[in-house]
Amino acid sequence: MVSPHEKLVLEMRGITKRFPGVVANADVDFTLKKGEIHTLLGENGAGKSTLMKILYGLYQADEGEIYVHGEKREINEPNDALSLGIGMVHQHFMLIPQFSVVENLVLGTEPKRGGVFLDMAAAVRQVEDVSREYGLAIDPHAKVMNISVGMQQRVEILKALLRGAEILVLDEPTAVLTPQEVGELFTIMRNLTEMGKSIIFISHKLKEVMEISDRVTVIRRGRIIGSVTTAETNVNDLARMMVGRDVELVVSKEPAKPGPEMFRITDLHVQDDRHLPALSGVSLSVRAGEILGIAGVDGNGQNELAEAITGMRKATSGQIVLNGKDITNLSSRRVFESKVVHIPADRHRHGLVLEFSIAENMVLRTYYAPPFSNKTVLDWEVIKQEARELIEEYDVRTPNEDVLASSLSGGNQQKVIVARELAQEPELIVAAQPTRGLDVGAIEFVHTRLIEARDAQKAVLLFSLELDEILALADRIAVMYEGRIVGIVDREEATEEKLGLMMAGVSDDRTSAVAGGGEL
Amino acid sequence: MTKNNKWWSGIAVPLAAILVGLVIGGVLMFITGNNPFAGYGALLSGSFGSGIDFSETLVYVNPLIFAGLSIAVAYRAGLFNIGAEGQIIVGMLASAFVGYQFAGLPRLLHLPLTLGAGMLAGALWASVPGYLKAKFGVHEVVNSIMMNYIALHLSHYLVTGPLQDPNTTLPYSPDIAQNARLWRFLSGIGSEYRVNTGIFIAILAAFVVYWLLYKTTIGYEIRAVGFNADASRYAGMNTSRAMATAMLISGALAGLAGAVQVMGIQYKFLDIFAFEGWGFDGIAVALVAKNNPIGILGSAFLFGVLHRGSQTMQALAGVPKETIGIVQALIIFIVAAEGLVKGWIPGLDKIKALFNRGKEADV
Ligand SMILES: Nc1ncnc2c1ncn2[C@@H]1O[C@H](COP(=O)(O)OP(=O)(O)O)[C@@H](O)[C@H]1O
Ligand SMILES: [Mg+2]
Repeated sequence: MVSPHEKLVLEMRGITKRFPGVVANADVDFTLKKGEIHTLLGENGAGKSTLMKILYGLYQADEGEIYVHGEKREINEPNDALSLGIGMVHQHFMLIPQFSVVENLVLGTEPKRGGVFLDMAAAVRQVEDVSREYGLAIDPHAKVMNISVGMQQRVEILKALLRGAEILVLDEPTAVLTPQEVGELFTIMRNLTEMGKSIIFISHKLKEVMEISDRVTVIRRGRIIGSVTTAETNVNDLARMMVGRDVELVVSKEPAKPGPEMFRITDLHVQDDRHLPALSGVSLSVRAGEILGIAGVDGNGQNELAEAITGMRKATSGQIVLNGKDITNLSSRRVFESKVVHIPADRHRHGLVLEFSIAENMVLRTYYAPPFSNKTVLDWEVIKQEARELIEEYDVRTPNEDVLASSLSGGNQQKVIVARELAQEPELIVAAQPTRGLDVGAIEFVHTRLIEARDAQKAVLLFSLELDEILALADRIAVMYEGRIVGIVDREEATEEKLGLMMAGVSDDRTSAVAGGGEL
Repeated sequence: MTKNNKWWSGIAVPLAAILVGLVIGGVLMFITGNNPFAGYGALLSGSFGSGIDFSETLVYVNPLIFAGLSIAVAYRAGLFNIGAEGQIIVGMLASAFVGYQFAGLPRLLHLPLTLGAGMLAGALWASVPGYLKAKFGVHEVVNSIMMNYIALHLSHYLVTGPLQDPNTTLPYSPDIAQNARLWRFLSGIGSEYRVNTGIFIAILAAFVVYWLLYKTTIGYEIRAVGFNADASRYAGMNTSRAMATAMLISGALAGLAGAVQVMGIQYKFLDIFAFEGWGFDGIAVALVAKNNPIGILGSAFLFGVLHRGSQTMQALAGVPKETIGIVQALIIFIVAAEGLVKGWIPGLDKIKALFNRGKEADV
């Protein structure tokens, strides 16, 4: 799409940015051509956001220069960036939830009547014009708190466009989206570049990067490793550049050797926090030595199912049985003592006490019993010894076990949780979004551990919103839709299309019919 | 960050805050036409100048330590025990009652009994907001404040009625028995030396609270719940029980403040016309110590010195004692707003960076 002679709309030269104890950007060069989608690829903490915040005027570089349309520019604050046509959609949205879409969009640049009064009609017209122009359908009157994350992101993009952005920075926009929403976002991005906008796209998901970008620049520990055109590279090369070593993107595994049935759920009914039905008769079973993947679009009862199994949510009816023992509605500690462990989806809220040290987090499950305490007094020697062993075994990168969990990177935080839970010699492992937000190195690690657990004849229940992850790990796949299981298929029979249809609520028999029809 | 280095950087902020507070206080004295050196000199002589001064300083520090510990334990569980004030009052009532009612008991029995009665009463008083919080999720602050007023008015009723000394029409209880009194260990020098073994009980309590929070399973639960109740629940803890326990311990410590005040200083319950403010000072003490039990010994001492010294400062150097109020407020403000003023206190960043250097753990 982009010819090599096309002129640069942006050039960053020799950018260096130091924070206390870390060089976030070291002599970074970065260029953007007109009309291209250029990915900035790197692991968590590589320095991607920092570089973009410098471009947007949120941080000042210690060294380096920025050229916009060939002219050297000082960007001291976001207003400077905006007036140069640079807009940014942040990793964390900056919208006011109680305001409507249009109120958010015109905030700060409201059209006024008589210089004082907000001209709402004019504002709505303005928004509708821009949204039509770029094909970004949106309801201007909806309150931001009532619209989906994907829509909120659209509002952020529109906001940048309304302020005249020609260069658009999207910082990890797909991290919060469902696969469908990612597809819609990519369509919008392509539209925008066709209309002459240039886009800097940030991600660490390789498949997406290959799909959407024209060029990729890889950054590792603040340094640029290289720039390549997407046509001339592949996911393995990108992964190697990003991590600095060979990475197994799809963990290799032996075929499962499932044993007897170990875990069974029968006709489970559960309500959500508003007392509405969240699960309406879920039944499934998992055998020893098997990974059952639970696929589905977010919010179709997966969280409630995981919580009901782990004792965090009461079932209104139905039965959960592990190894012949009824564990329905036991307290979460009793469930844990029945050898069920849980890797929760939200590791900051549910998985860790961030203000606790690694050692303290390692015994979050077990502190109350020997050998870590005599039920009353903790034995710190034993606790710290255990932590050191787990840090070693699970390769948690930290100077020592006294480091606070909050100061670990996301991947290492997840390793702490995985280590703590798998160290319990569980019978059933409930893993919910175990790799969300992790980079490829850490994903490889977690996947390997789950496969190892399977091969050790544990039962594994894997909840994931990422079809790739389900397809890479699961031996059988159950698809959830609106609190029910639409169907369960063997891995060999599962295709992305088939699962996609089931995720939309089309049941198993119908999908084969549709698939058959498609072949005609 | 390692434990060690956490400890250092933890103490850096309060120390810097105290320094800045004192310096600004000095500047204030200067621009109001006083000599700051004379002012602070008078302050120090007021709190340390003579044996009796130091004794009185410790008398003031004593309940502050208990109150600070009380606030800190609750805070560690994520609760704000603004009810320490009321818990202190009922602690005083219970100790006074047990102290005179069971006259004749041997010291070995009567002394712990009287102390225990104060603790129990404080714990009982705290259990009401604690229970409501644990069971129904009702916010503890509103209930604690109500309990404060109930305690105040209840004490007023009791001391003018059932608990009143029958030999007087004045609103106070009978004297507690000799065997229920704490030892004023300097009374050999002179009867005005009121400092008593209560101060050692307070110091001991600080170490016990430290041990409880950091070495026991219940302390571990309290801290886990205070930092992240959700994760604690997911890990299998009974978060309601941990909160209720913290509230009970907090109340017992406040009750202990009341007991020691009766057993070491007042020897009886004296009618209270308005809140003494120990519970509220305890909040400041805990805050400046960042809820560290051992730190509370230091911050309670500091507040005691400032409080006692401010009066002599006014008398000797003519500096209004409100100046010290401003200094205290500044210290509290700076510690509380650590994040806010980080870049603002000159050199604080550098001090902290010094302690943190080379300990970056994000790998
Ligand atoms: N405001 C800040 N203060 C201190 N360190 C920071 C700050 N912002 C980022 N860093 C550090 O800089 C490095 C790069 O961070 P960032 O640019 O956010 O990474 P990325 O976006 O690639 O995940 C990390 O080590 C991070 O901890
Ligand atoms: Mg980032």
